[in-house]
Amino acid sequence: MFKKAVFILAIFMFAASALAGQSKNSIQIKGSDTMVNLGQAWAEKYMEKNPGDFVAVTGGGSGTGLSSLISGTCDIAMSSRNIKEKEISLANKKGINPNEIKVALDGLAVVVNPSNPVDKLTLDQLSGIFTGRITNWKELGGKDERIVVLSREVNSGTHVYFKEHVLRKNDPNSKEEFSPGALMLSSSQAIADEVAGNSSAIGYYGMGYISAKQKPVAIAKDEKSEYVEPIIENVLNNKYPISRPLLIYTNGAPQDLVKKFIDFALSKEGQDIVLATDFVPVSK
Amino acid sequence: MRKFKEFIIEKLILISGIASIFFVVLIFLFLLKEGLSVFNTVSPFNFLFGKSWYPISEPPQLGILPLILGSLLVTLGAAIISIPIGVGCAVYIAEVAPGKIKETLKAGIELLAAIPSVVLGFIGMVTLVPLVKNIFHLPTGLTALSGSIMLAFMAMPTIVSIAEDALYSVPKTYKEGALALGATHWQTIWRIMLPAASSGILAAIMLGIGRVIGETMAVMMITGNAAVIPNSILAPVRTLTATIAAEMGEAVVGSEHYFALFAVGIVLFVISFIVNVTADLFLHKKQ
Repeated sequence: MFKKAVFILAIFMFAASALAGQSKNSIQIKGSDTMVNLGQAWAEKYMEKNPGDFVAVTGGGSGTGLSSLISGTCDIAMSSRNIKEKEISLANKKGINPNEIKVALDGLAVVVNPSNPVDKLTLDQLSGIFTGRITNWKELGGKDERIVVLSREVNSGTHVYFKEHVLRKNDPNSKEEFSPGALMLSSSQAIADEVAGNSSAIGYYGMGYISAKQKPVAIAKDEKSEYVEPIIENVLNNKYPISRPLLIYTNGAPQDLVKKFIDFALSKEGQDIVLATDFVPVSK
Repeated sequence: MRKFKEFIIEKLILISGIASIFFVVLIFLFLLKEGLSVFNTVSPFNFLFGKSWYPISEPPQLGILPLILGSLLVTLGAAIISIPIGVGCAVYIAEVAPGKIKETLKAGIELLAAIPSVVLGFIGMVTLVPLVKNIFHLPTGLTALSGSIMLAFMAMPTIVSIAEDALYSVPKTYKEGALALGATHWQTIWRIMLPAASSGILAAIMLGIGRVIGETMAVMMITGNAAVIPNSILAPVRTLTATIAAEMGEAVVGSEHYFALFAVGIVLFVISFIVNVTADLFLHKKQ
């Protein structure tokens, strides 16, 4: 009886180690929801070119990706915001050394329903809307309707970026917050759907999610500047005021398979995929 | 040898029995250990009654009153919808329905219990949310009411099946006595059966409510998740469960935010513990 149990246990352990051994030529990528389509597109093309290598891409938010990198459960973390001091010190404590690589640029589009007459806003007005100082579209030249503010959840790099660069206008001492009445949705797609079906909603997400069912708003730094549409050229020549780098983090300098994958992502072919998924390539 | 076997099996069963209690205690201790640390940065009073929830700001504002009220509002709404329908359904199945309909209804209710909550949430998002928005002319349909309606569907199977059992366990002689005294069928149900089964029905209701409070996925998808103190059932709310689910992935392990989410877990645990104990008390009163 006992011998049998030991034998079964041994089989299990053997099977487990065999499975673990198999995963050597696979990469785990995790993080930013904004970048998940891009990561997926890279992974598909990469696996097509390198049969035998396996790349798994999952979303969850920039914070989720970085915390898995720190806990060692993924090889590459995708992030749409810079890593925080706190996260770096935590990673160092666990013997992990986050290494940042810029892989693409992204313009953050502010979108409203196509039936909304408002089509341009200044950063000041945006800050007013999202902090709850401006509550009616009438104040912005629209219909007499209450503004429904949509935001991503706090685990989103887009949420953090938007708060720091639009609500707080890059002022580290600012205490501006999203209005408590803002609806927190769990994905960019959920925001896209709600904006498509709600004539008084306003939301924000990466340019890649714009479709004919939403209307992107032209944005100006202040009243005197020109209003700029969120399109790729305007992000490339730095005219569009809310664009950000998309980053990936690895543990130390990338090696072996991870390096091979990142080299691919930064190659001409990889950057063409960036363009195809509606992001902006990093200019070289 | 036989005695030895007997001994082993007996002990194994004993361990299985103790295990569940042991796990509950361990989980609670872990929650306490992680959650109580938050009170180094915020006082229990400010935590429970603070009105702003901005966990990732510097310094973080950790007030969960809007979350508690959000959870309670959604639960109350779900209870108001599911209790009359659930108890009515149980009465119909136990007392009125003829054999074939009874079987069909029971199977249907079991099927309702088998639908995963994320599926219900998804269906609610595309059907119920626009409906609520149009009927009440709201700026958005992501409201506490939408959540309540969806959760009522989830509480119903629990309420119906336990309430039905309670009605079955009323001694047959009560019913026969009432009918023999000339009471109509309805009078028998209303005056005799329901009061006699009342403690079981209350237990059914409490267990249904317990399920609603703990539900996460569906409410996260359709209540809007705005951490503001709700002023009506037609306003968006953020519940305790949705907060934990949405933010746990981001929280840096060991940060105030992380501890605060565990403390939210303690609050949730305490609420559902109270609900379950109340249900238990009612069930024991019956016996």
